[in-house]
Amino acid sequence: MTETKARTTARALPGTARLRLGRVGETRHLGLIVALALLAVVGLITRPENFATSDNLVSILALASTIGVITVGMTFVIIGGGIDLSVGAVMALASVWATTLATQSYGPWVMALCAILVGTGAGLVNGILIAYGRLVPFIATLAMLVAARGLAQRISDRKTQLIRPENDAIVELSTTRVLGLPLLVYIFALVVVVGWIVLNRTTFGRRTFAVGGNPEAARLAGIDVRRHTMLLYAISGFCCGVAAILIMARTTTGSSTHGDLYELDAIAAVIIGGTLLTGGRGSIIGSILGLLIFTVITNLFILNGLNTSDQLIAKGLIIVAAVLLQRRGLVGRRA
Amino acid sequence: MPSPAPLLRMRGIVKHFPGVRALDGVDLDVHAGEVHCLLGQNGAGKSTLIKVLSGAHQPDAGEVLLDGRPVRLANPTAAMRAGIATIYQELDLVDGLSVAENIFLGHEHAALGFVRRREANRAAAGLLARLGHPEIHPATEVGRLSPARKQVVSMARALSHNARLIIMDEPSAALAHDEVANLFRVIRELTAQNVAVVYISHRLEEIREIGDRVTVLKDGRTVAVGLPARETPTAEIVSLMTGRDVEYVFPPRPAPADRPEVLRVEGLTLPGRFTGVSFTVGAGEIVGLAGLVGSGRSEIIETIYGARRPSAGRVLLDGRPVRPGSTRHAVRLGMGLAPEERKAQALLLEEPVARNITLAGLSRYARFGWLDRRAELAEANRLAEVLDIRPRDVRRPVKTLSGGNQQKAVLARWLTERGAADGAGGLRLLLLDEPTRGVDVGARAELYAVIRDLADRGIGVLLVSSEVPEVLGLADRVLVIREGRLVHEAPAAELDEHRVLDLVMVAPHGTKEGSGD
Repeated sequence: MTETKARTTARALPGTARLRLGRVGETRHLGLIVALALLAVVGLITRPENFATSDNLVSILALASTIGVITVGMTFVIIGGGIDLSVGAVMALASVWATTLATQSYGPWVMALCAILVGTGAGLVNGILIAYGRLVPFIATLAMLVAARGLAQRISDRKTQLIRPENDAIVELSTTRVLGLPLLVYIFALVVVVGWIVLNRTTFGRRTFAVGGNPEAARLAGIDVRRHTMLLYAISGFCCGVAAILIMARTTTGSSTHGDLYELDAIAAVIIGGTLLTGGRGSIIGSILGLLIFTVITNLFILNGLNTSDQLIAKGLIIVAAVLLQRRGLVGRRA
Repeated sequence: MPSPAPLLRMRGIVKHFPGVRALDGVDLDVHAGEVHCLLGQNGAGKSTLIKVLSGAHQPDAGEVLLDGRPVRLANPTAAMRAGIATIYQELDLVDGLSVAENIFLGHEHAALGFVRRREANRAAAGLLARLGHPEIHPATEVGRLSPARKQVVSMARALSHNARLIIMDEPSAALAHDEVANLFRVIRELTAQNVAVVYISHRLEEIREIGDRVTVLKDGRTVAVGLPARETPTAEIVSLMTGRDVEYVFPPRPAPADRPEVLRVEGLTLPGRFTGVSFTVGAGEIVGLAGLVGSGRSEIIETIYGARRPSAGRVLLDGRPVRPGSTRHAVRLGMGLAPEERKAQALLLEEPVARNITLAGLSRYARFGWLDRRAELAEANRLAEVLDIRPRDVRRPVKTLSGGNQQKAVLARWLTERGAADGAGGLRLLLLDEPTRGVDVGARAELYAVIRDLADRGIGVLLVSSEVPEVLGLADRVLVIREGRLVHEAPAAELDEHRVLDLVMVAPHGTKEGSGD
């Protein structure tokens, strides 16, 4: 049934989508875009005075930026056949490490670098344990989740660490606006674009699909699957480091409680976006659309003054619905 | 002789897949208590037919009658309930469960949700005894059993469902020689109890020994029904299967020449698999490794390629040592492998043909990691042209290709040009493990020609095949492997099939010959 559908689509678009060797078919994310549009319509109907305001749209994007950066890294890991449960905790650890008095004394650039190094380092540890220590990704990153959270508490002594006034350059990422959008949205966009290019236009990206789709075939084709796997987790960690900078900017703090349950939102966004949890197939655009759907729902619930518990229920239903629809080939599935 | 009313009757079965008519009017009659053999080349429709019979596929047309009554086998459970059990090549047993638990999986002896273990064990012991294997203990973990014993457990499971018809898909493929004799004994136990067996095998001599009647499929059609298995001449069966009289067409072999050495293997050892293997392969030479399944031949190839790490010995390519256990290094030095399990080990099935072709040489179409997709596509198209991959459209998912064309895509992977100036390309040694498995006869001849052509361009080829005629016909030189040791080496022209079979098998081959020609 799926095959017939795909073929009809291909016939309907003779010139464009069919000629593509790539996985960027225009029709691919149609379902997600329709869903997003429907949510926008709901917003316009229920809160005509609030939803379409620039303030609200900016806050949706700003909200999406932090998890969005993490989602990009998560997409790499999942396409490569793994999973990273530690993202929220690693981001918290990076934010805490970057806001200690010692780090803050070196200025905002060092703080940003510190966040990225801590994130990448934690990701590398994940990667080494999984690729060379042969730990199951679920277990290795679960251990990292717990340990990174603990280390963050230890470093911060469970206190929220404020960014000192002389390092306000970090905070300005969220307060300075260019063309109406805060800088952190541009950082998010940059990560998405770079992530998309790496995944779709480089040998690394192509090999990621191979490693996730059939690791044995990849190995026998001469690809160093273990090294590649390790690098995928390092990328995820790097993204957590960037996300830590963004959350520091938004909250003006580093805290061991940042990013609680971010891993679930990120994984959910990736899955809604049509990436196979078993690896080998997926897309960054899909993940970002999935994330935007999530963020808009949160926004709608807040605007309408609804209960956050109902919001969680709605999100759960959406995950199930998205996966069921994808299995029927109605949303974002490649032929 | 079987009773006149057949247990199973299939009439005019048709099954389409996108782009393929897998079954195009197949008839099959099976009587109770007979061993009915299904013969046909790969792609003739045998697998599809048994999937229809086991409820995994629904036919588009035609009817299935059991005891003269039409039945609809909507799913595997329905087929099971109708008394049809299938034993697949990959045994579908759960390794972590006991023998008894496997036998009764899905229909456990239970009371209020609690498994009655003692009762299940007793019943399992009964079934195993019926199959002549009382020595298999019902409480043993299945993962500890040999493939042959696992097969017995599968059959016991079929019996536990009161199966009246058991389909066996190449049951002997994974078995050692003496285990085949045992399999036959079990099959005779089954037929003596009036169970019908549909037996699929490529080995004609087996069919002669165990079979009662033969149905031959070709291109999705039945070309012969109910031939007597023992009396029908081999030539007739082969010509029915192939539509021609000779089964193998090999390209001519060039005169022996002095060839520079490409591969040197010295004292290679992998404990439990093979010991002290040393040989060389020359440029432009095709060397065949002959041996039984489990003799260590595939492991030797995989170790040379770096997919396994040897405990001793070394591998030199063009005089340079190959880093043990690194496929990446092997590929960089100029080795290529077409592995045994094409789908599991070589292909990204969902991906387009082009991406499968360029997978190993991806960096050749990239600058600083940046892919030049136009160059990539052009190279894939060029190789599809050179190897005549059909259909020519390299954007199709590779899974839609036939086995022969999939294999060509795997070969094409190793033929990508290294650099424009380099000309000859980077490949020095091609390792082929069962290159024609799942490839039909016509396409085989093409593959043989491709392989010989590669050799003529100066590439060394090391070939493993279970089919002795293939090794003898294609290779220049043959190495015989028995139980992990190199026992004989000779030019292919000096060997014949009987001699190789003699060398390959330890025990005198009593069961294999006999009632044959």
